Amino acid sequence: MNRIDKKFADLNGEKALITFVTAGDPDLGVTKRLVLEMEKNGADLIELGVPFSDPIAEGPTIQKASLRALKGGVTLVKIFDLVRELRRETEIPLLLMMYVNTIFRFGTERFFTLCAETGVDGVIVPDLPYEEKDELADAAHRFGIRQISLVAPTSHDRIARIAGEAEGFLYCVSSTGVTGTRSEFKTNFDEFFGEIKKSVKIPYCVGFGISSPEQARKMSSYCDGVIVGSGIVKIVERFGSDSVAPVGEFTASLKNTMKQ
Amino acid sequence: MSKIGRFGEYGGQYVPETVMNAVNELNEAYNKYKDDADFNAELQRLYREYANRPSMLYFAEKMTADLGGAKIYLKREDLNHTGAHKINNVLGQILLAKKMGKTRIIAETGAGQHGVATATAAALFGMECNVYMGRTDMERQALNVYRMNLLGATVTGVDSGTATLKDAINEAMRDWTTNIETTYYLIGSVMGPHPYPEMVRNFQKCIGEETRAQLMQREGRLPDAVIACVGGGSNAMGAFYDFIGEPSVRLIGAEAAGDGIDTPRHAATMAKGSMGIFHGMKSVFLQNEEGQIDEVYSISAGLDYPGIGPEHAYLASTGRAEYVDVTDEEAVQAFEYLSKTEGIIPAIESAHAVAAAMKLAPTMDRDKIIVICLSGRGDKDVFQVARYRGVDLSE
Repeated sequence: MNRIDKKFADLNGEKALITFVTAGDPDLGVTKRLVLEMEKNGADLIELGVPFSDPIAEGPTIQKASLRALKGGVTLVKIFDLVRELRRETEIPLLLMMYVNTIFRFGTERFFTLCAETGVDGVIVPDLPYEEKDELADAAHRFGIRQISLVAPTSHDRIARIAGEAEGFLYCVSSTGVTGTRSEFKTNFDEFFGEIKKSVKIPYCVGFGISSPEQARKMSSYCDGVIVGSGIVKIVERFGSDSVAPVGEFTASLKNTMKQ
Repeated sequence: MSKIGRFGEYGGQYVPETVMNAVNELNEAYNKYKDDADFNAELQRLYREYANRPSMLYFAEKMTADLGGAKIYLKREDLNHTGAHKINNVLGQILLAKKMGKTRIIAETGAGQHGVATATAAALFGMECNVYMGRTDMERQALNVYRMNLLGATVTGVDSGTATLKDAINEAMRDWTTNIETTYYLIGSVMGPHPYPEMVRNFQKCIGEETRAQLMQREGRLPDAVIACVGGGSNAMGAFYDFIGEPSVRLIGAEAAGDGIDTPRHAATMAKGSMGIFHGMKSVFLQNEEGQIDEVYSISAGLDYPGIGPEHAYLASTGRAEYVDVTDEEAVQAFEYLSKTEGIIPAIESAHAVAAAMKLAPTMDRDKIIVICLSGRGDKDVFQVARYRGVDLSE
């Protein structure tokens, strides 16, 4: 069974905490420790950002993290090596968040072969909408890797189609715009999630702009879990190789507040 | 692979979900209006009375005599209002934006010509306008930045990456994702997600259609070659499109080779690129083994882009169009040559096409005809070329 599906089954209604770090920021050794520490402190699934030179869906925080990682010489092959190492110590679901060109250039077949071999459970590709998902769908299915679909508040009549075919979990983008912290949301969540609920058959989680434990608690009330990225990457940016403990503490406060 | 908006296997719609409905709405609006009589009458009126179309086809007699080969004609897009072909596309898209009820226009710009054209049209239509421009380009095209401000537009400097056209597009896409309900993204070239490549080409195809009619009237026949510079490739697609079905007409795109294609400093996508997916489209890009997009370079801010429109990638793959590379030095020489020979200062972008023609013309018989798309005028480039030649014009 795919680890993502198993995790949501095991959670049995408990809200999922999905955390994100950019792989290789500040280096892959720290990334490994961050993953294990986040798991220890209550993260249920983890997204590893694969750095890209031109990440058009990201705000400044993750843009800068990608640049730091690229300057450090991170490559996709090295990230697969990291996943292989992590799999000796953890069974937490791991997803790669990345841009389609990285997969295309690497070779779709080779990419999913390595996902399956090393223990990647899913991929999130923000610049691959429903219309183009066949670019990866066949290979992803053959290797049992979940290709995560996204819906946004601007999706409206597209939601039913996207949610109906989604797998793993449905990634609900909280608001228009790029990734990064937001002090408030303008989205009408009752309407947005009301629409999603009508057609979704799998767990659905919300991300983009959620950075405080209080926001995480509030947003998780609408769905099955929350995704926190830039809020964590900011701590990594500030503390670098000393970020493991503070990221762990932050993860724990997110999870504990969500349980309240 | 989806079938939507494809040129062979190139094209497509590789953009975030947040903008997909906007892309679909645009596609619907474009398909509704593209054959609408009133829409086209209004566009033709703007072309004629505001942009000064049709642009003239000029026989470059001295240049022809000097090079001693094929007859050379210049398609004078440099004489359009705002000084380049960019206005053709901008007027079409802003009319569409108005029909769609959008109130805010954003655009990216490299050399500033598309930014100036967009700011101009936004002023004409009374719309708010924000232009994204790489900081490096703002420095080398300070005159155009001032022109945009004069026209009431806000120019936002982009510092990420190489601070050039690619980075300006990234930032415009981020703005679009954020302000999707009110904002129309007026893309300046035959690139991005469907329907942009097709739509921008259609708003530019008047270049080739007029060329055919004007040459037919003058010479009673088709040209043997059409040459245009290629960054994203909008003036080239506009110049080529009407001739694609005429196998006797060679279609030649001139790419920016910067310091040379065997150095790391160039922007020659077709010479050195590989297939990839970026900026909403599957096409050819300059990128490394890992799929990271290269930092590119050209003296010309308008050609300083690591990709090319998908229809060009397709025309290259079928062999219908050829792509040649022109270095900074060759472009500057052509810039000076056309100024002295014909009294026409070309845009440094268009000078790449002039340079390619200067190489080709002497190899052709005197009864052959070359048309160069002179996509823009060169006033904006005088400072840059002076600097290249070691002349300091600053006060």
